[in-house]
Amino acid sequence: MHIVVAMRQLADLVEELEVNGDGTDIDRDFVKFVSNEWDEAALEEALTIKDESAASVTVVALDEPDVDQTLYAALAKGADRAVKLTGHDPSAWVRTRERAQRIASFLAHEEFDLVLTGVQAADDLDGQLAGILGSTLDIPHAAVVVGVELTGSSLRVAQELGGGLVGVSELELPAVLGVQAARQAPRYASITRIRQAMQTQKIEEQEVSLEVTTPQVTVRRLYPPEKQGGATMLTGSAKDVATEIVNILRSKGLV
Amino acid sequence: MPVGGNKQAPVITELEEAIVVSPLSGREWDVSGATSRMLESRVLTDYGSAGFARIAALEGGESLEYCYGCGKCVPVCPVDLVSEYGPRKIHRRVQTGLDLFRSDELWMCTTCGNCLRVCPKQVNMIEVMPAVREVAMADGTIPEELQQVMEKTFRYGNALGENPRRRHAWTKGADVEVRVLANDPRPVDVLFYVEDYWSYHPRGQQAAQAFARILTSLDVDFAILGSEEKTLGDSQRLAGEKGLFESLMEQVVEVLSKYQFNRIVTPDPHGFNALRKIYPKYGHDYEAMHYSQLLASMIDRIEFQGTLDAKVTFHDPCYLGRHNGEYEAPRKLLEAIPGVELLEMGRCRENSYCCGGGGGGMWLDGFNSNHASERLSERRVREAAETGADILAVACPYEVSRFEDAAKSTGNEHLRVMDIAEMLDIAMRAQDWRI
Ligand SMILES: Cc1cc2nc3c(=O)[nH]c(=O)nc-3n(C[C@H](O)[C@H](O)[C@H](O)COP(=O)(O)OP(=O)(O)OC[C@H]3O[C@@H](n4cnc5c(N)ncnc54)[C@H](O)[C@@H]3O)c2cc1C
Ligand code: SF4
Ligand code: SF4
Repeated sequence: MHIVVAMRQLADLVEELEVNGDGTDIDRDFVKFVSNEWDEAALEEALTIKDESAASVTVVALDEPDVDQTLYAALAKGADRAVKLTGHDPSAWVRTRERAQRIASFLAHEEFDLVLTGVQAADDLDGQLAGILGSTLDIPHAAVVVGVELTGSSLRVAQELGGGLVGVSELELPAVLGVQAARQAPRYASITRIRQAMQTQKIEEQEVSLEVTTPQVTVRRLYPPEKQGGATMLTGSAKDVATEIVNILRSKGLV
Repeated sequence: MPVGGNKQAPVITELEEAIVVSPLSGREWDVSGATSRMLESRVLTDYGSAGFARIAALEGGESLEYCYGCGKCVPVCPVDLVSEYGPRKIHRRVQTGLDLFRSDELWMCTTCGNCLRVCPKQVNMIEVMPAVREVAMADGTIPEELQQVMEKTFRYGNALGENPRRRHAWTKGADVEVRVLANDPRPVDVLFYVEDYWSYHPRGQQAAQAFARILTSLDVDFAILGSEEKTLGDSQRLAGEKGLFESLMEQVVEVLSKYQFNRIVTPDPHGFNALRKIYPKYGHDYEAMHYSQLLASMIDRIEFQGTLDAKVTFHDPCYLGRHNGEYEAPRKLLEAIPGVELLEMGRCRENSYCCGGGGGGMWLDGFNSNHASERLSERRVREAAETGADILAVACPYEVSRFEDAAKSTGNEHLRVMDIAEMLDIAMRAQDWRI
């Protein structure tokens, strides 16, 4: 069983994001980058499967700011191999379609049984990577996965559907899954372990050159949401404020 | 104060019917129901030594098995007073099969050092616990609350997960010029190492501002590192993240090497402990002072425009007092403030009760609350209130928020919690402490 986990970096929201000069992207020069939370869930699910069965786990990511930290942390947590894909501008915003194309061309030379990735990334909320990968590789895919169970050569997955429903389906392997949540919270890689991984393990680099350029969405304008309405700050003692809140709620017919 | 909490009643094991026969005379005694447990035959060699061997194999883990059960640590361990945790109990439970590496008890010690002070066998929980925790962390066994703090510290250089570039945002409210070395790298006398809670916690920021005003009024040549400062990470080390501590240390040493200064002054006893005791072990020697020591050395020059009329009690921080022997400097400062009447708590100085924040306890509030009848900070606040004090004075950035919360939860809102720097600043500027 060989599981490939596709991970990516995105801007850390601890920073105040600013729009760049042409108003088409965030200003990437001054932000810190961290791994996408949902990809961490995908990695955790892969490692849990590895704990249960003798799977091997490869983590793959495009070269993006601070990506080495993410890859070494994955190795420290128990991934067997980390691959960094180059051949694009590492400081630019790579859209999902191109990202999928690049990961698919890496997977074309790999023997794999399962590809896991986060259901979406917190910045573009695009949620299409698993789907596009599935169709490019011509293998089954499922999104918003909240449970994975291996049953021999097939896979039983639980997916979160609308209205609080969970659907369970079977997929033939190999398959691609967009993971919403792992069975458990992402495990901890102690810094001692990460440092050990940095000293003893290597990140493999592979250059990917795309022959056919992928259709790109062009961003015309990126801007913070315009202010609507306003907030009223109530002042006074806790008691006065509470009374005032009750009055407001009553006047709006809410209570 | 009554011993609080989850204490279990002792289990009486006397036999209902028992006859003791003398091996010499053959005489028989009926000791049925008698209160001597020694009469029940017991085998001392029942327990394997594997549990101790695994811990003793770790650097720092050697001393746990030295315990001979004297029980001196029981009444002094702050955690033992509110729960079923204590060094002697840990020794005993490891003996009878507890896997300390995977137990909740592993995270309960605050490394306050009070047991080591009294232990005739020098069982050193300040080394045992971090050593075992380090292994547990490497295995990924770590309370989730703590995991988040470690990840934040690694990522941002501060335990609160705040934006590193806003580390010196507090200077705006100081009303005095605070030099940031990156902007003005001239040599400086005092490098003010602000540390996390004075940098980011709103109540800590107020103390930092007060301290900056005091330094300015005393014409002290001082500067800060601003966004280049990262936590010294001593509590993260004691919580088991030695790797994180070392990685921070490499970054701190590199930043410090860029600037010239005579001494480092910090409000944080934990950072102070790292600079004084741990950095030298790695070959990094700096002259480090706690802010109370710097100010106490200049006490004659402090001019008070007003008074601070209040009864005050002082909480000795474990890492200033017990770990580094400084009991006088904070008291000297408090006694110098006109109007202050200093009242001591029953547990003070060497026997001070821990606030619960050390050794990672600061970040394990939820986790530990499952095991204790009350927070250590709550118990301490009640002790402070019992003195009749108006103000609980502190000299550690962890404590203001801990004790303020505890004052509320124990119904002691009348007790104000203030940093000594804030108190000095108020009296120097003739402000009213009640506002
Ligand atoms: C934690 C622990 C658990 C144990 N459990 C068991 C057990 O389950 N079963 C078992 O068989 N054994 C057990 N033992 C061992 C057993 O208790 C001892 O072997 C036994 O008590 C030794 O008796 P003793 O009279 O020689 O010395 P002690 O019991 O040590 O008595 C010496 C006494 O002399 C007094 N003394 C010392 N110096 C002076 C002085 N100069 N002037 C006046 N008085 C003085 C001391 O205060 C003390 O009261 C245990 C020991 C320990 C530490
Ligand atoms: S260091 Fe303090 S908290 Fe830890 S076992 Fe000793 S007395 Fe208890
Ligand atoms: S004081 Fe030391 S020897 Fe005595 S019971 Fe406690 S740990 Fe053991």
